[in-house]
Amino acid sequence: MKDLILVRYGELALKGNNRADFENRLVQNIHEKLKPFPGVKVRKTFGRIFVDPGDHGSKPVLQALSEVFGVVGISPAKRVASDMDAIREAAVHLVRHRQSPPSTFKVVAKRADKTFPHTSQEINRTVGTAVLKGVQGIRVDVHQPELELHIEVRGKETYLYGENIPGPGGLPVGSSGRVMLMLSGGIDSPVAGYLSMKRGADLEAVHFHSYPFTSNRAKQKVIDLARMMTRYGGTIRLHVVPFTEVQTQIRERCTPSYLITIMRRMMMRISEETARRQKALALVTGESLGQVASQTLESMNAINDAAQIPILRPLIGMDKQEIMTISKQIGTYETSVLPYEDCCTVFQPKSPVTRPRVDKSRELESKLEVDRLVREAVEQTEQICITPEQTEEFSYF
Amino acid sequence: MVYLDNSATTRPDPEVVRVMTDVMKNIYGNPSSLHDLGGKAERLIKQAREAVAKTLGVSPRSLVFTSGGTEANNEAIKGVADQYAGRGKHLVTTEVEHASVHQVMRQLEDRGWEVTYLPVDREGRVQVEDVKQALTEETVLVSVMHVNNETGTIQPVEEIGRLLKKYPKILFHVDAVQSYGKLEVRPADWGIDLLTLSGHKIHGPKGIGCMHIREGVKLTPLLAGGGQEEGYRSGTQNVPGIAGFAKAAVSAQCKRKAATPAHYRWKTSLIDRLTREWEEIRINGDVSEDGGAPHILSVSFPGLKSEVIVHALEQEGIYVSSKSACSSKGEKPSRVLMAMGLDEGTAVGTIRISMGLETSEEDIRMCEAALLKVIPQLQQVMKVHGR
Repeated sequence: MKDLILVRYGELALKGNNRADFENRLVQNIHEKLKPFPGVKVRKTFGRIFVDPGDHGSKPVLQALSEVFGVVGISPAKRVASDMDAIREAAVHLVRHRQSPPSTFKVVAKRADKTFPHTSQEINRTVGTAVLKGVQGIRVDVHQPELELHIEVRGKETYLYGENIPGPGGLPVGSSGRVMLMLSGGIDSPVAGYLSMKRGADLEAVHFHSYPFTSNRAKQKVIDLARMMTRYGGTIRLHVVPFTEVQTQIRERCTPSYLITIMRRMMMRISEETARRQKALALVTGESLGQVASQTLESMNAINDAAQIPILRPLIGMDKQEIMTISKQIGTYETSVLPYEDCCTVFQPKSPVTRPRVDKSRELESKLEVDRLVREAVEQTEQICITPEQTEEFSYF
Repeated sequence: MVYLDNSATTRPDPEVVRVMTDVMKNIYGNPSSLHDLGGKAERLIKQAREAVAKTLGVSPRSLVFTSGGTEANNEAIKGVADQYAGRGKHLVTTEVEHASVHQVMRQLEDRGWEVTYLPVDREGRVQVEDVKQALTEETVLVSVMHVNNETGTIQPVEEIGRLLKKYPKILFHVDAVQSYGKLEVRPADWGIDLLTLSGHKIHGPKGIGCMHIREGVKLTPLLAGGGQEEGYRSGTQNVPGIAGFAKAAVSAQCKRKAATPAHYRWKTSLIDRLTREWEEIRINGDVSEDGGAPHILSVSFPGLKSEVIVHALEQEGIYVSSKSACSSKGEKPSRVLMAMGLDEGTAVGTIRISMGLETSEEDIRMCEAALLKVIPQLQQVMKVHGR
């Protein structure tokens, strides 16, 4: 009796070549995700993926798989020889060791191989009887069972699985191309990054650092957040842009009420150029409509005006509460709320304009050497490659 | 010298000393300072917290560093009492807790709380059924130690945790000072809301302890001040102590797997030898592998005084304890042993032999030889007749 994990993915939505790409990408991502578990085997078979957890036990591997986009459901499974006694034994074991033991069940047997000496009906009956005997207090319910115990006879081997743990859904990361996330360190942008990875985007991130107006702790916080996001998408390249010069220039030369608008226009330009160099096809931001002064439609217009590249805003329809819920669920919330100054709060004017105008923004900006500032910022950008394994700063422990 | 008083304290692991020395020399910033020297200390604490969290299977955020086990026990119990007084005024504990729980309970009684001290059986174990019977509408906290410091008996904390899951308003505190680093401690799986740990019992430094506070549990802090440790424990963090604690925790976790079976083996052979020699002696607590911690052995020699045995063994270069170190200077017989039903004459003649990660088989053999030598001499002087 071999313990396996059955991984289901969203096959229905896919056709033709897309499907093979999708599957290959998913298998590759699962391999990548399970790197910390040496000896784990991943096999694509019969339109599903089986993972053999080896010596690691199912629990940590199940947890890891539940963080891979494209996975729709995960089930602890067993593989036994196609022999009635072995099947019965495995069935009882599977029901007994479910996380929460079910009170009702039914058996759904399938024979891919008609040479197996029992019909599906016979398997249902025999295994059902064994489970009723072997598990105290359980009943059969053919209409709405808590547990559907699937048995698939395939040649010499038979697969059994029951419990279906929902996966995160979505598309495998990397199947939709690359995006550049504008990662501030607040609650919203990691969620926006998470949601774009969920739709298959390969993520890079850009962060604006205004030392000494923002501290190295603020930068470390962003690195920590990016590392948390690698749980869902693997390695993330983080671009840390030195932004002090741009901010001081804006502060010196532009009207205070337009400071934020112009600062964000500069960020767009720098991000767009960074995206172009990295072959990312869109920017992603954590903006949600009307949340703060810089997120009114007028403001978005004034900011978009500075860039040509598409700007994706996955949070556009969400309330703050909904965003916070996801943030807590993906584990970034606690870090996001650490109270360090970020580059948006340092130069916060007393009364920012809530309905900035495009022409006014352009006019005010003409006092800046926009091209030089953008070029220098991009050239001096520090690239940090963030991997899921934390490289510990101290070697003490 | 043979040091067998590891349940009183342990010799710091040389690696722990190295880490702490290095931290004191190089990472001396205040973790609350904004500059990078402070940042470095803050990051060190973060990494240490993560390392400790891993040994317990809990989130790093649930851990708060304190000045030691006594503070953690005080904080857990008084913190709950102050925070949740509105829920009721009743606490449940056992008769065999460490003084830093027992005396806190006494203080709270003076402040108008009702406390139930549950009895224990001959082996020093509390019955889960008794815990259940003691619970009332007014109960806010149950505090039961994991391993008894005087006898090594393991309390059924996992079962009590399971029982208390049915009472979501009653919090569960476990003093795991004597079990951490020796046995598996899984607060999250066992339904434990508050857990106490100490550094110097696991070859770490003195003056550092740690508590696990389950997410969602609030405590009124003992100390008001700068709000360090998420406000649970004000005061500049003991950075080298925290680093030393984490080092000791990780290293105990690694060495435990090999040490535990050896400790059980040596303990059993020592018990066999001693009981073969003197049938009147009493082995206290549960010494089975399921019921007792591997490293503690409590033996009573009726008619002798523990203090005298300790000094006689000391002359032979063997260091053991009379009762627990923290209470051994008192004249009275051990409260814990009396609760287990020992008569006074037996209780006062009790010594505790406790092993650590540095203990060798040779140490136990030397202790055995020394006992075989000094006990008959003392018995003769005291006119106690063996066989």
